[in-house]
Amino acid sequence: MNFLKSEKNREYLWQVLFTLSIIAFFTFILRNTQSALDKQGIASGFSFLSQEAGFEIGESIIDFFSDDTYQLALLSGFLNTVKVAFIGNILALALGFIVGVTSLSDNYLVAKLSKFYVESIRNIPLILQLFFWYSIFTEVFPSVRSALNPIGGVYLSNRGLYLVSFSDHWFFNILPLIGILSVVAFFFFKKRSIKSLERTGVARKIFLPTLLFFILVSFALWLVAGLPRELSWPTLAGFNFEGGVHLSPEFSSLLIGLVLYTSAFNAEIVRAGILSVDHGQWEAASSLGLNKNQTLSLIVIPQALRVAIPPLISQVLNLTKNSSLAVAIGYPDFVSVANTSLNITGQAVELVLLIMLVYLSISLSTSLVMNIYNRSVTLKER
Amino acid sequence: MFKSKALRTWCHKNLFNSKMNSFLSVVIVVILFKFLSYFYAWFVTNAVWIGDAAACREASGACVVFIKEKYNFILFGFYPRAEIYRPILCIVLLLSLVIYSSYEKNWKKCTLILWALLFLVSTILMGGGIFSLPIVESDQWGGLPLTLILSVVGIFVSYPLGIVLALGRRSKMPIIRIFSTCYIELIRGVPMISLLFMSSVMFPLFLPEGVVIDKIIRAQIAIIMFVCAYMAEVVRGGLQAIPRGQYEAAEALGLNYFQTMRLVILPQALKVVIPPTVNTVIGMFKDTSLVIIIALFDLMSTMKTALKDPEWLGFNVEGYIFIALIYFMFCFSMGKYSRTLEKKFNRKGTLT
Repeated sequence: MNFLKSEKNREYLWQVLFTLSIIAFFTFILRNTQSALDKQGIASGFSFLSQEAGFEIGESIIDFFSDDTYQLALLSGFLNTVKVAFIGNILALALGFIVGVTSLSDNYLVAKLSKFYVESIRNIPLILQLFFWYSIFTEVFPSVRSALNPIGGVYLSNRGLYLVSFSDHWFFNILPLIGILSVVAFFFFKKRSIKSLERTGVARKIFLPTLLFFILVSFALWLVAGLPRELSWPTLAGFNFEGGVHLSPEFSSLLIGLVLYTSAFNAEIVRAGILSVDHGQWEAASSLGLNKNQTLSLIVIPQALRVAIPPLISQVLNLTKNSSLAVAIGYPDFVSVANTSLNITGQAVELVLLIMLVYLSISLSTSLVMNIYNRSVTLKER
Repeated sequence: MFKSKALRTWCHKNLFNSKMNSFLSVVIVVILFKFLSYFYAWFVTNAVWIGDAAACREASGACVVFIKEKYNFILFGFYPRAEIYRPILCIVLLLSLVIYSSYEKNWKKCTLILWALLFLVSTILMGGGIFSLPIVESDQWGGLPLTLILSVVGIFVSYPLGIVLALGRRSKMPIIRIFSTCYIELIRGVPMISLLFMSSVMFPLFLPEGVVIDKIIRAQIAIIMFVCAYMAEVVRGGLQAIPRGQYEAAEALGLNYFQTMRLVILPQALKVVIPPTVNTVIGMFKDTSLVIIIALFDLMSTMKTALKDPEWLGFNVEGYIFIALIYFMFCFSMGKYSRTLEKKFNRKGTLT
C-alpha cells in the first residue's frame, strides 16, 4: 500500500470518495422523485408557469386577475416582497440608529428604556410578534365606521391603516424626482466643499444649499403647476374609506413586526459600533474645540460605521428573508403566492427551488451592493 | 437626610443634567405613569381572575381565566391528561441538566454522558411502551416539550455538523472546500421557511416508495440543515482567531491533521466562540416556532389552536402575552449567560 503513504494521494482518494458519494446520493433522490412524480401523474418542469392561475391576490402592485398566469402571480408576489423589504429596511435602519444612540444617552431613563425595548423585542420570536400585531388589527381595532383617529389624517381600523396623502396632481407625482435631484445636488455640494477645504482650509456649507435647492425647485414648480393645494383625505364612504393611502392589515402588521424586530438588532449593532470608538477620540475632538454634536457626526459616527456596516448588511438580508413569514398572516408575498400555487398544481420541487433561487439572488445582489458601499467607507490607508 | 441628598444628587446627575434631558425625563415619566396605570387597570382592576368566558366578554380588562383554563393544553398539546407528569418530568430533568452544564467546572466528558442518559430517559418517558408506561404516539406530543425537543436535538446534531462544515470550508482539498462553501452560502441565503416547505413537500418524494418518515423528524432535519450552516460560520470565526503558530507547533510535535484539530485547535477555537454560539442557539430556539407553518403542534401552534376554541374567542392578546413570556424567559436567560461568559472572557483573556 505505498500509494496511500503519500499525503497527496490520500487527499485525492478522499475527494474522489466524497464526490462519488454525493453523486450517488443525488442520483438516489432524483430517481425516487422521478418515480414518485410519475406515479402521481405530475409532469415535472416549468411549463405550468404559463397556465391560468385561477386564484386572486389580495393586494398587488401590478394588475393581477385570477385568469392571469402563474408567472404573473409569482411576479406580483415578488414585487410585494420587494415592497415590504424596501420600506421595512429603511425604517428599521432609522429606528435602530435612533435606539442605538439613545441607549448610550446620559439620561438614565432614556438609556434604560432603550435597553428594555431591545431586550424585550429581541427575545420573542418574530412570528409571535407578527401574530400579535395582526390580531391587534383584526380583533382590537374597531370597524371602519368607528375607526380610531389618533392624529389628523391617520385612521386605524380592522380594515387596516388609512393615511392622508397628496392628491393625484402631476406636481405631487414628480416630487420624488425632485428628491432624487436633491441627492445629486447634495453630492455636488459635498465635492465642492471638500475642494474648497483642500484649497483654502475653509469648508463650504453642504446641507443648507441642498435644502435651499430642494425648496426653490419645488416652489418654482409649484408656481408653474398653478398652486395645487388639495390633499387627499381618507373620508368615510359607505362601508369603507375613500381617498388617501390604504395599507392593508396584513401589510401593516408585517411591516410593524419586521421593523420593530430588526430595529432591536440594528440598535445593538449601532451601540456596539459607537462603543468601539476609543474614548481618546472623544477627548481629542473636545480638545480641538468641537462640540458634542460635531464630535458625534464628524469623529465618532464615521468610525463607528466602519465597525457596524458588515453586521448591518446581514440584518438587511435577515429582514428580507424574514419577510417570508408573511405567509403566516396572509400577506401575498412571494413565498405565500408560491405556496398557494404549490397547493393547486402540486409542482412541489419546482416551486420550492424557485423560492430558494429568488431569495438566493436577492441575498447575493443585496450583499453585492452593500459590500460596494462598505468598501467606500472602510479606512483608506495612504 | 443623607439618603435624600444622595437621591437628589443622583437625579440631578442622571435625569436633569441639561435642559433637553430634564424635558425628556419629565415626558418619559408622564408616559410611563399613564401606561402603567392603564396596564394596572387592564391586568388587575378590570381583569377577570375568577369566573367564566361570559364574565370575560363583559369585562374590559384581561381574561386571566382563559389562561387558567387553557395552560395545560398550551403547554402540553394533545398529550394524554393522565400521563402529563411525564413531559413535566422531562422538562425538569432537562432544565436541571442545562443549569448543571452551564458551570465551567462541569465542562467535561461525564457531562456528555449525562446528556446521553437524558436523551434515553426522555425518549422512554415521552414515548412509553416499556416499564408499563402506556404508549403515547409522537403525533400527540406537542406544546413546550416539542419546542424543547426540536431545539435540544437541533443543537446536539447541528453543532458537530457545523464544526465539520467549518473545517471543510478551510480544508486544503478543493472539492471539499467548494462543497462546504456552497452549502453554507446557499443555506444562509434562503429563509428557513423554504427549508421547512422542502421538508414537508419534497422530502416524501425523495424517499423510495413505501418509506415514510415522521413529520416531526422531517421538520427536525430541516432545522438541523438550516442551523448547521450558521454554526459553521460561528466556528469558522473561532478557527480564524487561532494564531498560525499553534498549527506549526502541532505539526512540529508530529501530530496529524485529526490530532491537531482535536487536541490543539478545536478546544481553543470553540471556547473563543461560546458567546456567539449561544446566540445562534437563541436564534434557533426562536426559529422552532416557524414549524406552525407546516402544522406541527409546538408551543406557538398549540396557542393558536387554543385561541380558535369557539367558547373562548377573542382573547388573543392574553394568549400571546402568555407565551411571549415563556419564550422571553428562555431566551433572556440564555442571552444573560452568554454575556456573562463574554465578560469573563474579556477579563481573563481566556476561559478556564
